[in-house]
Amino acid sequence: MDVLHSVTANQLRADIPEFRTGDTLAVNVRVIEGEKERIQVFQGVCIKRSGGGLNETFTVRKISNGVGVERIFPIHSPRIASIEVKRTGKVRRAKLYYLRALKGKAARIKES
Amino acid sequence: MAGLLGHKIGMTQIFAENGVVIPVTVVQAGPCFVTQIKTKETDGYDATQIGFDNPKEKNVAKPKKGQFDKADLKPLKYLHEFDFSDMTEVKVGDELKADIFKVGEIVKVSGISKGKGFQGAVKRHKFSGGPKTHGQSDRMRAPGSLGQSSYPSRVYKGLKMAGRMGGNRLTLKSVEIVKVEAENNLIFLKGSVPGGKNSLLEIVN
Repeated sequence: MDVLHSVTANQLRADIPEFRTGDTLAVNVRVIEGEKERIQVFQGVCIKRSGGGLNETFTVRKISNGVGVERIFPIHSPRIASIEVKRTGKVRRAKLYYLRALKGKAARIKES
Repeated sequence: MAGLLGHKIGMTQIFAENGVVIPVTVVQAGPCFVTQIKTKETDGYDATQIGFDNPKEKNVAKPKKGQFDKADLKPLKYLHEFDFSDMTEVKVGDELKADIFKVGEIVKVSGISKGKGFQGAVKRHKFSGGPKTHGQSDRMRAPGSLGQSSYPSRVYKGLKMAGRMGGNRLTLKSVEIVKVEAENNLIFLKGSVPGGKNSLLEIVN
């Protein structure tokens, strides 16, 4: 196991801020369109963190045009330009799957 | 042509430059040493024997030890013959590092698969089993018919049935090398390879 940790250590990103599920994040994603590269923002609530080490991912959920959209990002992906923590939420679960059944006012999360 | 022996360390993933995740198996491939060079004149065929992994001193048989002493090497646990016909410069006692393989190269990987024990036909031969509903009972993972009736009145040899699965030698062709760390003798192979952790693998190009 130690070898696996050491071979992936140089790919781990140190510039990722600390965040937890329930936090509202703005993920700046590098989008490559043909030759050009630009940055697209995906803002929403982090409803899940899973995995560890280089394999760790997080899920961000937002409501876009009345439709719930979830995107899963590998935390250490070079496609992520930066992550901003917009709001820290107070939640009592590690996985906020219950938000999928809620909308509008009911889907709010208290700030901590 | 070249070959190396290695131990499977485990699987992880690495990011490609464009951000795509590549699943990789990390292999401790070496240091391997050339222990004998067989030639047509002396042995009837051409081959290069290489060894990998140091055993405990007490586990080495004395006649075997003589071979390693002659080549001025520490005793080695696993010995395999490969065709090194392109690498004519190898001689007995040489150390082979993981960088005899290049990134992007396509190799063959052989190993002993994990033993699965006694398994049914669905898992062992990818049978589809029977229907789940419509009045069926006990048919879900059944192998189906074993053959015809009064002629031939027997079951053909080699029919796919339940039995011991795994634990046999498998060779994967066209496995891509994603990364090579020569200083630690690590090779990163794309995807999975046969066997459990610490199992012996042969890598041949």
